[in-house]
Amino acid sequence: MFIENANGDRGYVEINPEECKGCGLCVASCVPKVLHMADRLNHLGYHPAQYLGHGCNGCGLCFYTCPEPGALRVFKREAAAA
Amino acid sequence: MPNYAILHEKPECLYEDYERKSELHRQTHYCPGCGHGIVHKLLAEAITELGIQDRTILISPVGCSVFAYYYFDVGNVQVAHGRAAAVATAVKRAHPHSIVISYQGDGDLAAIGSAEILHCANRGENITTIFVNNAIYGMTGGQMAPTTLLGQKTTTSPTGRDFHHDGAPMKVGEMLSALDGPTYIERVSLGNVKQIMLARKAIRKALETQIAGLGFSLVEFLSPCPTIWKLDPVDAQKHVHDVMEKHYPLGVKCDRIAERTAPPEPAPMTPLTDLPRILRLPSTEPAPLHFSEEPLDWRIRVAGFGGQGVLLLGQLLAEAGMDAGLHVSWLPSYGPEMRSGTSNCHVRLCSSEIDSPVVSRPNALLALNEPSLRKFIATVEPGGVVIYNGDSIPADCSRHDLRIVAQPFAEIADSLGSAKALNIVMLGAFLSLSHALPDSPIESALKRLVKSERWLELDRRALAVGRERVPAEEFVHA
Repeated sequence: MFIENANGDRGYVEINPEECKGCGLCVASCVPKVLHMADRLNHLGYHPAQYLGHGCNGCGLCFYTCPEPGALRVFKREAAAA
Repeated sequence: MPNYAILHEKPECLYEDYERKSELHRQTHYCPGCGHGIVHKLLAEAITELGIQDRTILISPVGCSVFAYYYFDVGNVQVAHGRAAAVATAVKRAHPHSIVISYQGDGDLAAIGSAEILHCANRGENITTIFVNNAIYGMTGGQMAPTTLLGQKTTTSPTGRDFHHDGAPMKVGEMLSALDGPTYIERVSLGNVKQIMLARKAIRKALETQIAGLGFSLVEFLSPCPTIWKLDPVDAQKHVHDVMEKHYPLGVKCDRIAERTAPPEPAPMTPLTDLPRILRLPSTEPAPLHFSEEPLDWRIRVAGFGGQGVLLLGQLLAEAGMDAGLHVSWLPSYGPEMRSGTSNCHVRLCSSEIDSPVVSRPNALLALNEPSLRKFIATVEPGGVVIYNGDSIPADCSRHDLRIVAQPFAEIADSLGSAKALNIVMLGAFLSLSHALPDSPIESALKRLVKSERWLELDRRALAVGRERVPAEEFVHA
């Protein structure tokens, strides 16, 4: 899958801002510190988590610490095709 | 251009949309930072990856996770408070090839359901329990739980849990591991990502234990409850790690996987057609109602002391009525005592369907002692039959609109060999008076209910003597 905004990083995080409840656990768990809480509010009135857009290493820890099963997806760059 | 593959996303085992509410159907009902969401995700991932989704049955408890069935696309049963382990046992035994997961919080499992989980674990039921321990009653607003930490303030321990007043936090994992029944028990934590990844492995190991048929497995999760703890989610997670893990040591509490073997395949279910043979029911069709063309409705009350055979007398009437092709009911009503105390039963023998098994207006009363006579004689319908074990009816409770027989049935039974046959002598008397039932179903019921040859022989004589002592001509029931 081609992801336009992935910048060639090892990983990419996709957060659904309308599903996120703004608990911040993913931000706390993120090793490369590439997640933060958005300034804007979502329709539930929470500041959703947001990916800064570069620097994700695809470790997946944010996925396992996120309590909302569908709010967050992690992608990993595939090995270059031979 | 590098390509990207999905590494982690919502497991297939969770529904795409949650239909609990028309809006917010993409979200769980859990608070921000709640541990349940994480446990749901880990459990769903394990179910999906182990390929057991189509044979998994999840038991939802009472507590915040009561709605688990809105999220998990598996078989679901939501059960009464604390009973998840008992229901899981039943589901597993009825469907031995299913994977049964009982999901419970600490209020459900460690408080109201402590007996169920203890015995389920002790029996080594081949189920998996997911036990989410947040040390408080979350759903009801933060009362003290058996698992509440010492010093922890709750609405019911406002100055903090006090050992001398409230006892110590209950360590469920250690407690159950002290039993020989369980196969695998581990306590894990949601206190940081590293612990969450270890928890992920523990769930898998527990489910694999069940899949291999090796017996009871339980994973206890130390889980945050930010809302009730009044901490923000990140601090609540830290609190799990810094405080809860000190009180509740993590790790494997018992692992007997290597020493366990799967039991043999359960025997196939007995075909329903075999039941009459097993229960020794008559194999032929019920006898036709040759003894009565008239509609028949006997509402019988049998009453006496516990131990006099009151219930057996009623049961004999009902069983014989069943063999005679009647609709019958037998409703025992007795105190907790096995001997003495009062005992009575309601029996209905009816040629049409029975509306209620309760006999409040009997047309026959079999009173095995005086208190029972006094208690029930006023309720008997005019024209009804009363058979009383006593020389005569006490003057102050006699009625002229009833057909009453009073005889010392206990002495008669005693002279036959045992006063215990009193109930059967009275049955004989009643049958002779009432023509309620023909002889052959009485004989078949007697043979079925009286197992000992010696007593059967005595009871046959008692029945005959009862009939002789109260000749049929004396009364005929309309």
